Amino acid sequence: MDNKTLALLALLLPFIGFLINGLGFRRLPKPLVGLVAVAMPLASFIITLILFGKFQSGGSKSMTFIYANWIAIHDITISFSLLIDQLSLIMLSFVTGVGTLIHVYSAGYMGEDEGYGKFMAYLNLFMFSMLALIMGSNYMIMFIGWEGVGLCSFLLIGFWNKNRPYNAAAQKAFVMNRIGDLGLILGVFLIFIFFGTSEYKDIEAFVGAETNPYKVGAWQVVTITILLFVGAMGKSAQVPLYTWLPDAMAGPTPVSALIHAATMVTAGIYMVVRSNFLYSLAPATLDIVLVIALITALLAASIGIFQNDIKKVLAYSTVSQLGYMFMALGVASYTSGMFHVITHAFFKALLFLGAGSVIHALHHEQDIRNMGGLRKYMPITFITFLVATLAISGIPPFAGFFSKDEILMHLYQKSPVLWVLGVAGSAMTSFYMFRLFFLTFLGEFRGTEEQRHHLHESPISITLPLMILAVLSIGGGLIGIPEVFAKDANWLAKFTAPLFTTSQKLNPQLFNHAHLSHSTEYILMGVSVVVAIGSIIFAYIKFVANRTVPKPETEQQGIGKVLANKYYVDELYNTVFVKPILAFSRFLGESFEVFVDLIVEGFGQIVKGLGNAFRKLQTGSIGVYLFAIVIGAVIWIAFNLFIYK
Amino acid sequence: MPEIITKIPLEYYIILASILFCIGVIGVLTRKNALIIFMCVELMLNAVNMLFIAFSAYKGDAAGQVFVFFIMAVAAAEVAVGLAIIVMIYRNTRSVDIGQLNKIKY
Repeated sequence: MDNKTLALLALLLPFIGFLINGLGFRRLPKPLVGLVAVAMPLASFIITLILFGKFQSGGSKSMTFIYANWIAIHDITISFSLLIDQLSLIMLSFVTGVGTLIHVYSAGYMGEDEGYGKFMAYLNLFMFSMLALIMGSNYMIMFIGWEGVGLCSFLLIGFWNKNRPYNAAAQKAFVMNRIGDLGLILGVFLIFIFFGTSEYKDIEAFVGAETNPYKVGAWQVVTITILLFVGAMGKSAQVPLYTWLPDAMAGPTPVSALIHAATMVTAGIYMVVRSNFLYSLAPATLDIVLVIALITALLAASIGIFQNDIKKVLAYSTVSQLGYMFMALGVASYTSGMFHVITHAFFKALLFLGAGSVIHALHHEQDIRNMGGLRKYMPITFITFLVATLAISGIPPFAGFFSKDEILMHLYQKSPVLWVLGVAGSAMTSFYMFRLFFLTFLGEFRGTEEQRHHLHESPISITLPLMILAVLSIGGGLIGIPEVFAKDANWLAKFTAPLFTTSQKLNPQLFNHAHLSHSTEYILMGVSVVVAIGSIIFAYIKFVANRTVPKPETEQQGIGKVLANKYYVDELYNTVFVKPILAFSRFLGESFEVFVDLIVEGFGQIVKGLGNAFRKLQTGSIGVYLFAIVIGAVIWIAFNLFIYK
Repeated sequence: MPEIITKIPLEYYIILASILFCIGVIGVLTRKNALIIFMCVELMLNAVNMLFIAFSAYKGDAAGQVFVFFIMAVAAAEVAVGLAIIVMIYRNTRSVDIGQLNKIKY
């Protein structure tokens, strides 16, 4: 098969899986449902690898495949087309790869659930939307995928829809994403206005050409990039639109791993990297991105320290790590942002799946105060979780170390203050992650006798993805080894370099940093590792040696109370936005409905009255009807002969 | 035989057809018997048919005659249905007086 068909197949196979399971989940036997649902993303993954091979052997030229002319109005044409280049291939590889593992895991985790078939169908639909988002060659196709993943996120957060708070969480996610999406679509409209096309490659060629009217800092580009970033804020949970992500943990754990950790929430980073030639033209936007990312990273990390729900801790950790990725983008270090996206997908998916394994063993217990000592009962989960925790804390040689270190390095090049704040964030990260780890796996079991009795290691379909992801979390950093360790070993930077040539040409100052000496780099690395290890030791003393069990969130005092209540941001939003809007709509409902009713019912009355008047014409006397026919005919003839002519 | 037809002036045809048509209209409007009304309708149709044939012969155009055949075929079908309706009405009401048939009122 040629590349064009292969690319389309990779996109459509998960959709076919969705159709099969979505239409037939009541009739299909369970093993078949699982088989179809796992086979489709696996096939996409294999196709991705084939495409990757062909792409590299074909000289790494980006390929655009046009399948149909989708919309053609006046001088705007939008084609249904896919783009295969370095960025989409990297995203495809880890999305389909991690996605397949999580599908396997779901088959084990959700096998007992009555909505199993529906769940797998939704997961497949999500894969399809995510692939459309990644593979689309213009902003409109990306927007379809963008909305599709939002829909699937909504469906899957509220998957256990008999539980009211879960439904509320799903709606919150949907509404918050809608705010971001408004920004995104406005940005896309502006792109149409200023560039006349939405194809990435055409826009890149446009701004890269000599005749490009938009210089660095042009207000048009700044507006576009800010609006696009609003979309990224919603999807990738940045301040101020981040509060939906912790609530999204209401969904089943594989969903949290797939959508709310590894793939969907990184769509914002993908979009910014995809539009890097626009962002590089707008340094003002990059500064905004940097500030917001910094606030997000620190705020979420500090909240994470005081959470007692295992998934909530991981959710705030995700928000914080997304902040790190955007920080990298904010200093125009697009590659390191992507690098952290990839490694984060590995270790955060592993953390969530490990947490799911724990929750599964404890029969839906999520409070880490009721866990402890699980090391003895669940050895595989214990070891893999440890690997992921080390990776996210940035301990060498795990994957997170390389990517986080690259980001910190670029922050230092911009300003040492940023570096200090970044290290502070990573200290908090390793503290709350190891707090979680120690409370869950070490010490004595603190749950009920009944729970202890049922403790068991999870089945192979759950532990296998854990082990594969653990290997990736250990070795994943090897795709981006920094210069100091080995010359020219940073495969990722070399591979993605062609994506940023236009940016570098347009705004060379952005990429022109003072070069750091190797000794400085070693010192920076050493400091961040020492700080991480320091907070691990602190966590060890506090939670293992002193056997502290955190207080319930309601009993926290002082700063802890503020943090346990998430800085009261939810309450603030409630007071500032939700309640006034509700009050306003209630006011409208009570006072203006009268007028609306007047108009609507008025029309009803008019129709009724006319009907009453005209029904008298129906006398039932055939003679009258015949007379009316003849008179009508005469009038018509007279009109034609004498008046109309 | 168009020659014979064209021996008579065209005005005569028009006048005759108009008279027949008016008789039909007046019959439809004034009579109460459903069968008579029916026959008057046929009279009107045939008045029109005659005009068609006359014009067709004078202009040497066969389209008018084709049209007449269609009208005759449709009229035959209409008669079959109409008479059946009248028979049914008679069975139910023992009358074909349209003055009695005002039960289909609002």
